[in-house]
Amino acid sequence: MHQIACHECDLIHDIPSMPDRAAAVCVRCGCVMFRAQKDSIDRTLAWTFAGLVLYAVVVSFPFLAIKNGPIGNETGLLTGIEFLYRQGIIPLAVLVLLTCILMPLIQMLGLLYIFIPLKLNVRVKYAIPVFRLFKHIKPWSMMEIYMLGILVSIVKLGKMATIVPGLAVIAFGLLIFVLNFALSAVDEHMVWENLEGDL
Amino acid sequence: MKATHASARQLGLVSCPDCHLLSRMKKTSAHEAAYCSRCGRELQQRKPNSIMRTWALVIAAMVFYIPANLLPMTITSALGSVSTDTIMSGVIYFIHSGSWEIALVIFTASVFIPFLKFVILIYLLLSVQFKSIRRPKDRTRFYRFTEAVGRWSMLDIYVVTILVALVKLGFLADIEAGPAAIYFAAVVVTTMIAAESFDPRLIWDVVEDRS
Repeated sequence: MHQIACHECDLIHDIPSMPDRAAAVCVRCGCVMFRAQKDSIDRTLAWTFAGLVLYAVVVSFPFLAIKNGPIGNETGLLTGIEFLYRQGIIPLAVLVLLTCILMPLIQMLGLLYIFIPLKLNVRVKYAIPVFRLFKHIKPWSMMEIYMLGILVSIVKLGKMATIVPGLAVIAFGLLIFVLNFALSAVDEHMVWENLEGDL
Repeated sequence: MKATHASARQLGLVSCPDCHLLSRMKKTSAHEAAYCSRCGRELQQRKPNSIMRTWALVIAAMVFYIPANLLPMTITSALGSVSTDTIMSGVIYFIHSGSWEIALVIFTASVFIPFLKFVILIYLLLSVQFKSIRRPKDRTRFYRFTEAVGRWSMLDIYVVTILVALVKLGFLADIEAGPAAIYFAAVVVTTMIAAESFDPRLIWDVVEDRS
């Protein structure tokens, strides 16, 4: 049994050993303090590997193709970012690049860096800063919003041309789910306890 | 799970913001910092300068919100004629073309959510500053909501990025991102950091001190 304080209202709770997948909810403000995970290490690793395979498909296959009469062209995930960059709006290009392409990759690599050593029961350097970084970038990984952007764009251009979603879009859509499964399999409390003393 | 009837602050404990380990808050001098024994993170009872920092970011975001809505988001030129689109004219275009669902999605993400975030954050800031004890649980819920929905405002930025690529490569027209895009991105980023700077535990500190 250990004690934790709710991170939204600071009330102290005694936490007994919890059954798998049970959530600890703050009795005062109702926030979910954490969730116990079953087989956290194996499940996180499995989903992360699946995510990396999908990621490879996303970056290497055509994303959206546009057909306007006899003219047809393919775009990649990076095409729009490249146009923004060439137009000179560099901060915007960087922001889109970070939130949709780099952050998900950093999240997955970060998970591997933490969870492979946990699985093999070895210790690695910088595991604590890597896990801290992983925790802080979470809200900045925005693939699902980009996916909604794709839908809006297809509706907007639908009357003027035919938009054909490529293999990469399907992989992108799947990756959103797979990455979310990986993230929700992470048992933060277990990770911190295992990293204790790695300073 | 059992709850005690005291907060960490009342018991002289401090919760690590990263790994949530509880430590005893040692009385140290103002210059000396305390660090978490498990993960090494600097320990602070509350997020530093939470109120002032959140105010500054909210005000900055409100300033960016004006050009973001008034200036054009995209500039399209086809067959010699140039047309510009603001966020609202994009929404109106979708209503006229019959896809009101899309119009609603864009309006919610781009106009309504940032506005709602301003209102909620200012309400939370004022309620803490004026030491309100009303509905702390609901106020915490509002906070959770702002934290969760803010990212969805990025939608329009992504739509512009995708349109630029498709319209150009489909030779439909020449299209460029307008000056509003960068202001709009600034609104999203500053409101997200603002929500993160606000410490919801301040709401409860007031309630505890008053009772």
